[in-house]
Amino acid sequence: MIKSLTIPDTLDVEAIRRQFPVLNREVKGRRLVYFDNAATSQKPQAMIDSLVDYYSNYNANIHRGIHTLAEEATAAFEATRDACKDLINASSREEVIFTRGTTDGINLVAYTWGRKNLGKGDEVIITAMEHHSNIVPWQIICEEKGAVLKVIPIDDNGELLMDEYRKLLNPKTKIVSAVHVSNALGTVNPVRDIIDLAHQAGALVLIDGAQSTVHLDIDVQALDCDFFAFSAHKLYGPTGIGVLYGKKAILEAMPPFQGGGEMIKEVTFEKTIYNDLPYKFEAGTPNIADTIAFGASLKFTADIGKEKIRRHEQEILLYATELLKQIPGLRIIGTANEKISLVSFVIDGIHPQDIGILLDNRGVAVRTGHHCVEPVMVRFCIPGTVRASFAMYNTKEEVDEMITGLHKAIKLLK
Amino acid sequence: MEENKTIQQIEEEIVEEFSFLDTWDEKYEYIIDLGKRLPDLDEKYKVEENTVKGCQSTVWLVASNENGLVHFKADSNTVITKGLISMLVRVLSGHTPDEIIDAKLEFIDKIGMTTHLAQTRSNGLRAMVRNMKTYAIGYKAMQKTV
Repeated sequence: MIKSLTIPDTLDVEAIRRQFPVLNREVKGRRLVYFDNAATSQKPQAMIDSLVDYYSNYNANIHRGIHTLAEEATAAFEATRDACKDLINASSREEVIFTRGTTDGINLVAYTWGRKNLGKGDEVIITAMEHHSNIVPWQIICEEKGAVLKVIPIDDNGELLMDEYRKLLNPKTKIVSAVHVSNALGTVNPVRDIIDLAHQAGALVLIDGAQSTVHLDIDVQALDCDFFAFSAHKLYGPTGIGVLYGKKAILEAMPPFQGGGEMIKEVTFEKTIYNDLPYKFEAGTPNIADTIAFGASLKFTADIGKEKIRRHEQEILLYATELLKQIPGLRIIGTANEKISLVSFVIDGIHPQDIGILLDNRGVAVRTGHHCVEPVMVRFCIPGTVRASFAMYNTKEEVDEMITGLHKAIKLLK
Repeated sequence: MEENKTIQQIEEEIVEEFSFLDTWDEKYEYIIDLGKRLPDLDEKYKVEENTVKGCQSTVWLVASNENGLVHFKADSNTVITKGLISMLVRVLSGHTPDEIIDAKLEFIDKIGMTTHLAQTRSNGLRAMVRNMKTYAIGYKAMQKTV
């Protein structure tokens, strides 16, 4: 367990690295360089300890139990809800619904709010840089209800064309579901404007915070979004849990998603009275262990300080971007003014997968492919990109290792 | 295609060639070289029906049957995959359907490919082998009916 990380103004990256056991391992005979953080971040010892502690000492089903273990587990589980409420500055804990992750949260809204409120000819707006998980649920519900899916286009830098967005909005627009930060391009979208404009048109807004929540300060009240979804595993937490935030009044008016235990107040064969928020949307025994362990991840990050982490990550991004730009034939995809710490690129005449394989052979983990945003790849006329995404534990030396690997790969492949 | 050699013999040749390569750097260099040397497939063959479904790379496979022997041609949009499939073409092309169906292809394991390749790419290689054997089964069935 970490007692305290005494960190001055800048990040003590070496101290942080010691908290992530996986960073000690070797891959293909070399020290791992992990640049796939936008897919999932690595896990701190505190989170791993928390998981083990729960299963070793107070594993029990939560809420209705009256015994000590159940009470301890319930308290720890609900403490993470409070931590999540603080993380995104929700106005009440009832607005924090635990899900399996961002995808689950978006599906919840599409299947409950969407099924109830969308009708024939209604319109749903998404952006051209959405992850498939913010496209497909809307396609399914639009098809079912006869609604129409509209897409805000992007420019060559990977920024939204806000004028086109204004043109798309009209009284038929019922919801705008937009990604906060693009997982393929790194673009930070002007969500405040997106939300204001949607509200002026009388539409609700869901923000996909899968990539943004780990890097940016999230304030759902200041944003005034109606829904906000994110996943724990991209915030140094476990896989399989996430949060859907929704404004209380909207959540209360929504029908439940799944039926089962936890989500009911009374059940007879004639009628069921649903439970209050947030439990109405949490049918069945939840992912107790991972939810509790996520609490440890949040504490770990908060103790270090998000602002300090962000400054470090931006420094790594800048350093990597400068070095990548010097490589002949390399083109960066996604050059928005405001970006989080990821860089996507292609190299003339070389398939991204070949680059990925050769970097992996040096122990450098990057992601290659379409990153589940095929429409973006079509927009830029490329089969995919190589994507390096940086976290608090990454260093400039690791970037150097990737650059050396790239030079060698290009020499071999050309 | 290598004349008059059995599938087993060609497999052994490849294992022998790889035994001189000590590191994975050298192995990849060799595979990339194989990929570059495999002639590009004519564009007219690069169509949906000849595509082997993989994850990221696209592979095209074409088979023909001449005098009871099955011949393969293949291509890929990624060099390393192309190198890998060139070995499969070298091993399996120019043999009878029965020989292809019975081929154990142990060389893939022996040169360390299955352990070194990520699962997704290893699956792609398996899909490729499956497609090649499916062609052989098809040609065998056609020969019987003629």
